[in-house]
Amino acid sequence: MSQMMPGKPMPDPSPETQPYWDGLAQGRLMLQRCADCGRIRHYPQPMCAACHSMAADWIEASGEATVHSWTVAHHPFHAAFRAELPYVLVTADLPEGVRLLAQLRDAKAEALRPGLKLRIGFEDNGAGLTLPVLRPAIPT
Amino acid sequence: MQLANKAAVTGVGDTDYTRDAGGRSALSLQLEAALKAISDAGIRPEDIDGIVMPSPSSPVVAEELVTNLGIPNLRFSTGTPLGGAGPVAALQCAAAAIASGICSHVLLTLGRTGRTGQRIGARIQQMPQFRIVGEFEAPSGALAPAQYYAPMARRHMEMFGTTSRQLAEIAVTTRQHAILNGNARMTTPLSIEDHQASRMIADPLRLFDCSLESDGAAAVVVSAADRARDLRRPRVLLAGMAEGHPDSPSAITQRGDMTRLGLAKAAPRAFAMAGVTPADIDVAEIYDCFTYIVLCQLEDLGFCGKGEGGAFVEGGALGLKGRLPVNTHGGLLSQAHIAGMNHVVELVRQLRGEAGRAQVPGAEVGLVTGYGDLGDGTLAIMTRG
Repeated sequence: MSQMMPGKPMPDPSPETQPYWDGLAQGRLMLQRCADCGRIRHYPQPMCAACHSMAADWIEASGEATVHSWTVAHHPFHAAFRAELPYVLVTADLPEGVRLLAQLRDAKAEALRPGLKLRIGFEDNGAGLTLPVLRPAIPT
Repeated sequence: MQLANKAAVTGVGDTDYTRDAGGRSALSLQLEAALKAISDAGIRPEDIDGIVMPSPSSPVVAEELVTNLGIPNLRFSTGTPLGGAGPVAALQCAAAAIASGICSHVLLTLGRTGRTGQRIGARIQQMPQFRIVGEFEAPSGALAPAQYYAPMARRHMEMFGTTSRQLAEIAVTTRQHAILNGNARMTTPLSIEDHQASRMIADPLRLFDCSLESDGAAAVVVSAADRARDLRRPRVLLAGMAEGHPDSPSAITQRGDMTRLGLAKAAPRAFAMAGVTPADIDVAEIYDCFTYIVLCQLEDLGFCGKGEGGAFVEGGALGLKGRLPVNTHGGLLSQAHIAGMNHVVELVRQLRGEAGRAQVPGAEVGLVTGYGDLGDGTLAIMTRG
C-alpha cells in the first residue's frame, strides 16, 4: 500500500444530477424545478413528489440563505479533511423552499443563530470540484 | 388480522462483547449467538423455519446460517435493511410471518466485527440508503453519522434550550447501568464533568455522546405465541409493533422538521396495538447511537412533549430508580454497539426477571426502539405473559 493521502470524496453524478454539478462548475447553484407544477426540489430526483411528473427544468438559486442549523467538525472522519479541522457545516434555508448544506467561510460558529442571513459562494475543493460555501450576508 | 400477541420472543443469546474478537468472523459470532438463543428457547436448530436478517451491513446471509446450523425446512427468509432500526423491524416482520401462518420459529441474528473490521464511516459508504448524502453532502465534508445527526441536536438546542449537560445525563446514567451488566465494554464510572471535558467530535456531540464500535453478536428466536407457552422460558409477548419513516428519509438536510424522527409516526400505532400508554412502560431500551437520539426518541414516543426531553432526563430520571429506567444494559453507548439487537435481548431479560443487578423490580411491560438510516424508527412493546 502506498502512503498517499486518500483523495477527497467526489460525486459520481448520474445523467439526472449532472446539471447540478455542471452549474457549480460555472459558479451557479442550480435547483431542479418540476416543469409541470413548478415545485422546486433539492436534491435532484427523477420525479416530482407533488404531481408525479418526470419533466423537470433547472433554475438558478438567488444566492440568499439563512441559518437553519450547523455542526462543527472536530474529528477527522476522513484523512483528506484533517488539515481543514475544525470546519463548520451549515444547514441553510433558501428562499426557494429547499435547503443547502455547505461549509461556512469568513465567520466562526459562535456567530451563528437560526435565521442569520447568509450569501452563497463557490470554491474549488482543491481537486477540481466546485462546491458551494456560505458566508454571512453582513460581514462579522 | 391482528398482530398483537400472536408471537413471542422465546429465546435470546449473545456472545462476549469485545474490542477485538480475535480474528473470529461475523458469521462465527452470529452462529454462537444463534445457538445460544435456540438453546435458550428450548428448541433445536432444525425447528427453525424462518430467518429474518436485520443487519444493516452484515456480510452474513441466511444461507450461511442454514448451512451451519443444519436447518432442513426453511420456509421464510428475508431482511430488514433499516440500519439500526432493523432489529426491531425484524421483530415485526417475524411476527407477521408467524401470524399469517408461514412459519413458527423465526431466527434473527446480528453480529459484526465493528471495531476490528470496517468502521462506520466506511461502512455507510456501501449502503444504498446513503447514496444521496454521499453524492451531495460528503464532498463538503459531511461524512459520518455524527456529522449528519449533530445539526438535529443543534437545532433542538436552539429551538428548545436543550443543553450539553442534559445530553451528559444520558451518557452518565447509561454508564451506571453498564457497570452493573457483566458483559459491557465500558465499566469506569462517568460523571457529567467527564462528559463535558471529553473532546468534541461533531459539535455539539462530544466523545461521550457517541456510541462504541464493537465486535460481537446477539440473536433472538421469535415463536408463535401458542407454541411459546410450552417452551423453556417465561413467555414474552410481542404486544405492539410499528415502524415509521421520517419526511425526507434520505437527507436530514431537507427534512421540514429535523427534530422529529420516523418514530413519531410509529409510536401511536404500536401503543394502540398493545393497548397501553407511555405511563404503563416499566422499562425502555432506547436505541442510543448518540445521546441526543435518545432524548429525541423519548419525545417522539410521548414520554414528554417535543422540546421537553432535556428536562425529562435530568436528575437521574433514566436510572433504575428514576421515573423511566432506560438502557439498563448500558446501551450502544457503554455496553456494545450490536446495532440494537442487544437492546432487544436486554428487554426480554428484564421482562423475564433475568437482568441481574440491573433488574427493574417487577417489570411487566417494556419497550424497545430501533433507529437508523438517517431517521427510520421502529418500536416493539413487550409484556410478560
